[in-house]
Amino acid sequence: MNVLHFVNAFFSDGSHWHGYDGIPARLAEHIRYSLLALGLAAVVGLPVGLLTGHYGRGGNALALIATAGRALPSFGLLVLMFILLGFGMVPVMVPLVVLAVPPILVTTYEAMRSVDPSPVDAARGMGMGESRVLFQVELPVALPLILSGLRSAAIQIISTATIAAYVSLGGLGRYIVDGLYQLDYEKVVGGATLVAVLALVTLGVFWAAGRFAVSPGVRRGG
Amino acid sequence: MIRIDTVTKRYPDGTVAVDRLSLEIPDRSITVLVGPSGCGKTTTLRMINRMVEPSEGSILLDGVDIREQPVNSLRRSMGYVIQNAGLFQHRTIVDNIATVPRLLGWGRQKSRARAVELMERVGLDSALAKRYPYQLSGGQQQRVGVARALAADPPVLLMDEPFSAVDPVVRKGLQDELLRLQEELGKTIVFVTHDIDEAIKLGTTVAVLRAGGRLAQYAPPAELLTAPADAFVEDFLGTDRGIRRLSFFGTAGLELKTSPIVAVDATAEEAAARPGGDVHYLLVTDRDGRPLGWSEPAALTAGAVDAGRLLPHGRPFEYGVESLRAALDCAVLSPTGWAVAVDGTGRAVGVVSQQTIGEAIRTAHAEGRRTEAGADARTGDDAGSAAGTDAKVAG
Repeated sequence: MNVLHFVNAFFSDGSHWHGYDGIPARLAEHIRYSLLALGLAAVVGLPVGLLTGHYGRGGNALALIATAGRALPSFGLLVLMFILLGFGMVPVMVPLVVLAVPPILVTTYEAMRSVDPSPVDAARGMGMGESRVLFQVELPVALPLILSGLRSAAIQIISTATIAAYVSLGGLGRYIVDGLYQLDYEKVVGGATLVAVLALVTLGVFWAAGRFAVSPGVRRGG
Repeated sequence: MIRIDTVTKRYPDGTVAVDRLSLEIPDRSITVLVGPSGCGKTTTLRMINRMVEPSEGSILLDGVDIREQPVNSLRRSMGYVIQNAGLFQHRTIVDNIATVPRLLGWGRQKSRARAVELMERVGLDSALAKRYPYQLSGGQQQRVGVARALAADPPVLLMDEPFSAVDPVVRKGLQDELLRLQEELGKTIVFVTHDIDEAIKLGTTVAVLRAGGRLAQYAPPAELLTAPADAFVEDFLGTDRGIRRLSFFGTAGLELKTSPIVAVDATAEEAAARPGGDVHYLLVTDRDGRPLGWSEPAALTAGAVDAGRLLPHGRPFEYGVESLRAALDCAVLSPTGWAVAVDGTGRAVGVVSQQTIGEAIRTAHAEGRRTEAGADARTGDDAGSAAGTDAKVAG
């Protein structure tokens, strides 16, 4: 009755590797939901964070929104959206995006605010326009922190996307919800393990993205 | 020429940073804005490239209001150097320097080639081109800052306390480098500092500002030291302005004594033959004529010179090159009260007493006063310099 036994039993069962309820299919669904939610959250959080950080205004309002966003229970929001909107992707995306926007927004804002003001002053003094200052001077230096905000948002989305199964959608949450319902703990533990592994892989992806996108001058200096 | 015409900067909270300031900044010279903190010197500088907009008045560049052209093209035509250099830490040194050429649309190759050329010009090893700013010392970073400002060969260079964050030794190196560069390039430089010594060393003209952004005095450094406009300027110059002013007087006219110089391999007779007079010590040199130290004549009569028992001669001054300030400093520090003058190769060319230096200072001051007395009093000049020569001979 130990966990490793469940894990072993789940992954060595050949039938878990095929079909619409197989591991590849559920994993693909889970990744799709997560990417979509992360993308939507980034589309909202990044521009707002970059602009407020660049101009240094709206910090208090952001903190307020972020706190409110964090206080909303994801599961409660899911149920509410399901009641209001019915079956579909939208009720799932709303809580995931609400969950992911605050870390992206707040860290992006903080990252932009923490950029050393003297290169920014030098850039303006040399005749760079505001968009150049933002994208060529501030963003490259703020990038490591911004990536860390995206990373924690991604991890939270991946673990929370399991709730999609409660409203009859797929993803790795399927194993957990179905397993609990069927009292099939092999399935529950297997699903949870897959979520954990996916989260670890995501950490690796962000690490690699940091190596690739962040200048060596910033990685060392920052 | 940059003409600052009755410019006032008033902030919304009512603070006046600059108060009806008028200045004419001539081409190809270093104009230093100096004053205590809160005197509006940085604000004035930043109004020239429109980082700050004046509340009243106007600034003309070669007769044209700086607001006539787009702000970014104005800024690209003026080099900008700030404290701590403000380098882009995510870019290599060569890309940092190439910033403005790239903004002006030069090609990547051309910009980089220009950047490497400038690295050599400001005294940076081109092996540093691919490094990042964190890999450089503070002094090197500031050189990169200067190179970056010069990259597109702008006629105007604005420098905002560029050397105040580095240690004194590095700062002196950077100041000397700037003077050398200026001799080569002949830019119109506006330089802000709170350090009056830096202002006097670098400035062709110095504008002293007082708190509240009002101009206290605008004059060449020597004039500032000779005739401070009021108590504020005098106080700001510090207690040793008389000594500092000596930096502007040369040592070429100083009468040297050569008789007390004796070579280390001189015989006792030769040493004894040196006339004593008012010099109670002999300066012993090596066979090439480089000073070794001072000796009492009595110690020499016993025979060969004992190089191990000499009094230290202290730092010598380079005759005709260094100022009276350096000569006086040498004499004050010398254990015998006599300064040692050397030529460019380090050979002793003579010795000079504190008294002689003191007389040269009085002569120089007298000449300085006459020059100030008026340009039309030219006829008196010949007689004056003749009197000056007499005074030197008497010493």
